[in-house]
Amino acid sequence: MSVTKPSSQGLRAWLLADTPTSRRHAKLSVVYQSWLSFKGNHMAMFGLGILLFLVVIAAAAPLLAPQDPFIQDLSERLLPPGSEGYILGSDSLGRDILSRLLYGSRITLYIVTLVAIIAPIAGLFVGTVAGYAGGWADVILMRITDIFLAFPRLVLALAFVAALGAGIENAVLAISLTAWPPYARIARAETLTIRGSDYINAVRLQGAGPLRIITKHIWPLCISSLVVRVTLDMAGIILAAAGLGFLGLGAQPPSPEWGAMISEGRKFILDHWWVATMPGLAIFTVSLAFNLLGDGLRDVLDPKEGKS
Amino acid sequence: MAMASNISKGRRKSPFLRALIKTGKTVVTISVTMLGLLFVTFFIGRVMPVDPVLSIVGERASKEIYDEAFRALGLDRPLIVQFFYYLRDVVQGDFGISLRTGFPVVNDIKRVFPATMELATLGTIMGVVIGVPLGVLAAVKRGTWIDQVARVVALIGYSMPVFWIGLIGLLIFYGMLGWIGGPGRLDIFYEDIIPPVTGMILIDSALAGDWTIFKNAFSHIVLPATLLGYYSLAYISRMTRSFMLEQLSSEYVTTARVKGMSETAVIWKHAFGNIKVQLVTVIALSYAGLLEGSVLTEIIFSWPGIGSYITTSLLSADMNAVMGGTVVVGLVFVLLNIFADLLYKFFDPRAK
Repeated sequence: MSVTKPSSQGLRAWLLADTPTSRRHAKLSVVYQSWLSFKGNHMAMFGLGILLFLVVIAAAAPLLAPQDPFIQDLSERLLPPGSEGYILGSDSLGRDILSRLLYGSRITLYIVTLVAIIAPIAGLFVGTVAGYAGGWADVILMRITDIFLAFPRLVLALAFVAALGAGIENAVLAISLTAWPPYARIARAETLTIRGSDYINAVRLQGAGPLRIITKHIWPLCISSLVVRVTLDMAGIILAAAGLGFLGLGAQPPSPEWGAMISEGRKFILDHWWVATMPGLAIFTVSLAFNLLGDGLRDVLDPKEGKS
Repeated sequence: MAMASNISKGRRKSPFLRALIKTGKTVVTISVTMLGLLFVTFFIGRVMPVDPVLSIVGERASKEIYDEAFRALGLDRPLIVQFFYYLRDVVQGDFGISLRTGFPVVNDIKRVFPATMELATLGTIMGVVIGVPLGVLAAVKRGTWIDQVARVVALIGYSMPVFWIGLIGLLIFYGMLGWIGGPGRLDIFYEDIIPPVTGMILIDSALAGDWTIFKNAFSHIVLPATLLGYYSLAYISRMTRSFMLEQLSSEYVTTARVKGMSETAVIWKHAFGNIKVQLVTVIALSYAGLLEGSVLTEIIFSWPGIGSYITTSLLSADMNAVMGGTVVVGLVFVLLNIFADLLYKFFDPRAK
């Protein structure tokens, strides 16, 4: 009877309708169509699958882990993969590598999520303000951005962690500090193209102040390009975090952070290859998943692909 | 000042003058960026929870000696004044003495920088030689399995934790197979034989005609350079692909095809000819990325380059060395960026 209320079978047709009946309808149908074209990209779906798997593992780590990741048993040290009770072997202190990997996924997700929230928001803030205000504010903010872009990223992160003290939170801060400039650039470029458009002028004529224009009308339009960039950067963030952990400046020893685990395994690499290999494979898999996902997202959200 | 009066004189600026103004602007931009870089580095150096006085006079020094050293280092002055003193020294090419090595930081950097350059150059060469053809091929065969393979190859390059794959590489090719040299630039008994000319052992040994050492140096550099090269290959091939796609879909390519031009000529002469400038820009950026990004690679391979210099100095709280190293890397990075930018403006008529 009613046209707007979709039945469960008609949902697909409703979502693919050519003429939207409401704003919500239009929005939903755009999302659905993007999803369809994203779903066609097998590699991106594969990446998404791995990441969902990672989230499940991280959430259920206490249930899945066969052993306590911190309990040491020196009589069982450096057992090869496949030993009884140690599917992926044990490390130099007799801890189960599989359990440590499972718990380590929590740390990785924690770091990536925090950086992926902090850095783009900081960049969005700087970029839109610079782009909208123009003039001196623009010059000064963009110069600061350039200065941070000119830094060797890992070295800057290293120096910050060394100054602030080693630890996960400081590693997050340091990585965010090195990661925000590209977002600021993107947000500024978007703002510059949006700023002069007619609808912004219309909003302004209706009496909207700069704050309202930036938060309500410019930020939403910057989101999609930022999201693509964030997904593409995630792998870099994971690698940076693992690198800091490897250098002993990220998560501290008993914690099962993957980079730190590689660094522990480094001493035994020639005789006991698995200690360093397993966490490395984990890092590689997750960062590959993010790259596959980001690559697919870019194809969907950004038709003029490859122009990062 | 002369420039300013020239500007006000005539409305129609000559091309030469315009170039002059542009150069002036670029110089100002570089200076401001470098100044900021110095300030941030300096600030980090001062915030570090390390007492530079203690590391000089030792913990058992009396209060008087401590205070004297404190004043001698200028630490009693306000931070901003200290910064200007540091700035004055840096402009004169003085980064202070490294507390760890006991040498002036400038000398240390001169010694370690060529090692990094050698690595980054070899890596970039590899990235270009393989990455560019791969990118072109992927663009030409868009959507086919070749394109997919090229994409996966690149994505794997982006996703690899270089410190881990370096370890595994050492384990397999050095530890198990013995095909390559281990960590370091040379086997220990070959060290310090070749007189340093460029500081790059491959070039120096070739100049001296000592092919045994050349071979040995090559066996040491091949794995780290390959890893860096793979990373650079990933980036370069992706960029090449997207540049080529843009060209291949444009009308002049269709016209050339319609006119009966062979496919090879269309691809290499027309399309590729038009992306050369963009490509050089990308290569310069990737080179800069390798120079600064080789920190972890250098640590894994005990490569005595600037990355491991900065890191080891950092871990032993040698702030002069860290600040000096960071500034130099930053400077090179900025210069390469500007070079890429200029190149683009100079050779690409569309940018004008």
